[in-house]
Amino acid sequence: MKLISAIIKPFKSDDVRQALSEVGVNGVTLTEVKGFGRQKGHTELYRGAEYVIDFLPKIKLEVAVSDNIAEQVIEAICSAANTGQIGDGKIFVTNLEQTIRIRTGETGDDAL
Amino acid sequence: MNNKTKVFTLFALTLLPSLALAQDELSGANTAWILTSTALVLFMTLPGLSLFYAGLVRTKNVLSVLMQCFSVAVVISLLWLVVGYSIAFGPSESAYWGGLSKMFFNGVVVESMTGDIPETVFASFQMTFAIITPALVVGAFVERIKFSSMLIFSVLWTLIVYFPVANWVWGGGWLGQLGLIDFAGGTVVHITAGVAALVFAIVLGPRDGFLKTPMMPHNLTMSFTGAGMLWVGWFGFNAGSALAADGAAGMAMLVTHLSAATGALTWMVIEWRKYGKASGLGAITGMVAGLATITPASGSVGPAGALIIGLTGGVICYICTNYIKQKLRVDDSLDVFPVHGVGGIVGTFLAAILVSDSLGIFSGNGYAQGMTMGSQLGVQILGIVVVAVYTAVLTYWLIKLVGIMTNGIRVTKDEEQIGLDITDHDEQGYSM
Repeated sequence: MKLISAIIKPFKSDDVRQALSEVGVNGVTLTEVKGFGRQKGHTELYRGAEYVIDFLPKIKLEVAVSDNIAEQVIEAICSAANTGQIGDGKIFVTNLEQTIRIRTGETGDDAL
Repeated sequence: MNNKTKVFTLFALTLLPSLALAQDELSGANTAWILTSTALVLFMTLPGLSLFYAGLVRTKNVLSVLMQCFSVAVVISLLWLVVGYSIAFGPSESAYWGGLSKMFFNGVVVESMTGDIPETVFASFQMTFAIITPALVVGAFVERIKFSSMLIFSVLWTLIVYFPVANWVWGGGWLGQLGLIDFAGGTVVHITAGVAALVFAIVLGPRDGFLKTPMMPHNLTMSFTGAGMLWVGWFGFNAGSALAADGAAGMAMLVTHLSAATGALTWMVIEWRKYGKASGLGAITGMVAGLATITPASGSVGPAGALIIGLTGGVICYICTNYIKQKLRVDDSLDVFPVHGVGGIVGTFLAAILVSDSLGIFSGNGYAQGMTMGSQLGVQILGIVVVAVYTAVLTYWLIKLVGIMTNGIRVTKDEEQIGLDITDHDEQGYSM
């Protein structure tokens, strides 16, 4: 199993959710996060006072999937979240040791 | 002449109000409009100004600002009852204060009249002005003042600065006698509040991290809401100051509205040209600048004159806002002086020019008998300087006094970092 975390632009979250459904992903966790990468921040101006905002709002999606669809899921996120502009985000993939469904106690792929 | 006898006679007469004061027949129309205006001006503070200010501070201080404005309304109302109305509008012969004969509204009954409206209505209307003036000062010391210090300061400041100045200008005092044009409070409200704010900000010092760390408005939707309420409430402030439902009130309302719109547009255009974008905060700040600037002149100028007032107020207040914070590095946190103080000064000055009835399309109502543009300008400048200096000196000493009374006026650095909502009130504005 893999845990796929994707940091994406907030307005792309619906597109990505749609793409994930199409490749058979049943559950996603979404978090509103802030961060910076190559896009850097932006400036805001209040009555002439200029502030540099380092951290930009992003969406973090977390998906746990079985190994056999991991590549498809990554491709789906990549194509749905891509705008070609700097700041589209990143995907992190880690090995997932165990998954347990709390209600039934099922484990592994059965719990996904 | 023995003044004591005079005062005693007046005092005695006030005990017989129906005989002594009922010079005019009650006008139902005028009374209805001033009742309405009273509600509008209170609405400017609660919640207009409160929301406007609360949106401009950081999340951790939102409740403290709402509480500061609210509690000012509470204590000043009671101070008005005890002694404020008497000092500002009491019947004393003095040109400097109204005396103490109307303490606790002594002698004010249902039948008492001020002109052709009930005295209770007049006194309530004026009370709402006394409330908003110290509430405006709050913008200077937000996010770092002790609640106790702020409360004591507001009471004493209103007592020794606002009430006397209101008497000088509106209560039959010496500035009014000289012919100072201040229809709705350019000197009485905006210059006193603005100058007090500047002095307070200098004495108190800046917020921790001022100009180094971001201190962004936490909720501009809140500020927009409050700004809209201020604009609407200002109709009561200015048009209500006619103390009648007549043409003067109508003209005051019209010029007030036009100046607000002009001030907002001016600020938007300046930002657009300078930074490439017109900001929302800029637009509503320009609106307040336009409103503050027209306030003293709203009973004197015509609609085209209001355009000049809004434009001038917008430009000058904009320049001052940037100058005081960025160049002088004075943390008048919510820009009370550059917007209200400067607006009040500019408007009080311009009133002397735009009141003239020989300016073609830009004409106003014309000078009072015996006045020329030169003499009127002299009176206006005297009024501005005296009120500003009087306010500055008394505010300075009052801050020192309150500092002794409350063992410092500023919260500790730790408390400032945590935020006043928790440290002063044990509450949070938002639980998210």
